[in-house]
Amino acid sequence: MDEILEILENNGRATVEDIARMTKKKIQIVKDSVARYEKQGVILKYKAVINKELVKDADTSVRALIEVNITPQKDVGFERIAERIYSFNEVSSCFLVSGTYDLLLIVEGKDIQTVARFISEKLSPMENVKGVVTHFLLKKYKEDGVILKQKEENKRIAISY
Amino acid sequence: MKSKVSKLVQQLKPSGIRAFFDLVLGMKDVVSLGVGEPDFVTPWQIREAGIYSLEQGFTSYTSNKGLYKLRLSLSRFIKQHYGVEYCPDEEILITVGVSEAIDLGLRAVLEPQDKVLIPIPAFVSYGPVTELAGGIPVYIDTKKDGFKLTPKNLSRHIDKKVKAIILNYPNNPTGVSYTRKELEALKKIIVSHGIICFSDEVYGDLTYDFKHTCFSSLAHAKPLTVYLNGFSKSFAMTGWRVGYACGPKDIIAAMTKIHQYTIMCVSITSQMAAAEALAVGYPSVEEMKKEYNRRRQFVCAGLNRMGIKVQLPQGAFYVFADISLTGMKSLDFAQLLLKEEKVAVVPGTAFGENFNDYIRISYASGFEQIKEALIRMERFLARNKRRRKG
Repeated sequence: MDEILEILENNGRATVEDIARMTKKKIQIVKDSVARYEKQGVILKYKAVINKELVKDADTSVRALIEVNITPQKDVGFERIAERIYSFNEVSSCFLVSGTYDLLLIVEGKDIQTVARFISEKLSPMENVKGVVTHFLLKKYKEDGVILKQKEENKRIAISY
Repeated sequence: MKSKVSKLVQQLKPSGIRAFFDLVLGMKDVVSLGVGEPDFVTPWQIREAGIYSLEQGFTSYTSNKGLYKLRLSLSRFIKQHYGVEYCPDEEILITVGVSEAIDLGLRAVLEPQDKVLIPIPAFVSYGPVTELAGGIPVYIDTKKDGFKLTPKNLSRHIDKKVKAIILNYPNNPTGVSYTRKELEALKKIIVSHGIICFSDEVYGDLTYDFKHTCFSSLAHAKPLTVYLNGFSKSFAMTGWRVGYACGPKDIIAAMTKIHQYTIMCVSITSQMAAAEALAVGYPSVEEMKKEYNRRRQFVCAGLNRMGIKVQLPQGAFYVFADISLTGMKSLDFAQLLLKEEKVAVVPGTAFGENFNDYIRISYASGFEQIKEALIRMERFLARNKRRRKG
């Protein structure tokens, strides 16, 4: 993978100047590459990883993993039904998986009732959805490679040979 | 009252910057570019192996030479990575870091008054350890050659009393390393004079611009080379204290003899973790190296921009920067920088008296920290350049 992408994937706030200095590339070249990646949709957006347990008024406070069994459709397989499902705002992630079920969803809502309503009123009644199993998340330890803990103090001594 | 301390130890020069170190350690919220160890914690699978070994009850001594399985995997690892074959039974000794290995090596080979060549700037221990072993350190200043030991400079310092040389590449504090061709030229001289080469290659895995060459892999070098390396820098395992020495049977046997009476063996937990590091840890080394490389480019670009001209070092995680434009001496510079901007660097004089115009900057720190430190340094320099004019 292009080093520029590697750097940005790890730190979305790295500036064009920072990246240029880190990679020994010209600033303009980095700028052009980033613009191209954004235009091509390689870079979709920049966001922060937030530990919502520390945010008092976080709005999406309940999350559920939902296993969904569906009947694939002629010609389009899982695509159309997947699209119908992931288009709901409540669905924050949607994966097609191998194994005993087909789609794995991560659904977010402000409380259990909201999520439950989504499942019973929107998801389950859908044609081609054969069954769902819902797991409410109790605690988040690590997400996308980031351990959700307050930063530990550096244990190294500040100076040494 | 007359001191009870031996004359030899009394005359060992204490490090002149000890007080400065204490000053840094006593201060809060320091952004440090003064650290000689990785800012990564030991990769989890390695830590986990240490914990598991304790759970399994591995709490005993090991063989003096070190766990056989560790020596065996080291033997394979060195063969695979550097193309040198060492017999795990007779040519490898596990030590408490490279520091112990250097001490053992020198004590094993030196007769009183033998000379040991030490290219400087150099890691702090080489000189004192030579003196403790009864030898005489002969320092070779490499400043005028861009901190590289040249064949000419080396030859100039050789006479009949020279028994050994301590090479360290990539170098702490300069980050300078040598290509295979450059090493060949040095080796020719070293071998033709029958000098023992203690090759401290602890930063070998952190070589950025070319492939690291193991000194003993050069033709005819192996019988005269003691190859020293450890897990501290490449696997981020400084606190585990595991290093190793590989060399000719007789020298390793002699080193083992001293090691057995003084140390017995390296902690078994550390050895178990080290074995795991060799088995699974190499991808993490590559990851760390990639990250260091970016920081290296970033720090050098930043320093050059603020007027401190530096060459890109080829390895380790240090930049040895010339601060003569400030007109300050290295310790004064470091103290003032700490006082005014709370940034810690190591004064160049720590690595030899001749380096009063230099500071060592370590980029083994998080990117944000490095960025902040550079901003502060730039501010500091602008102010102090002005101050000098006024």
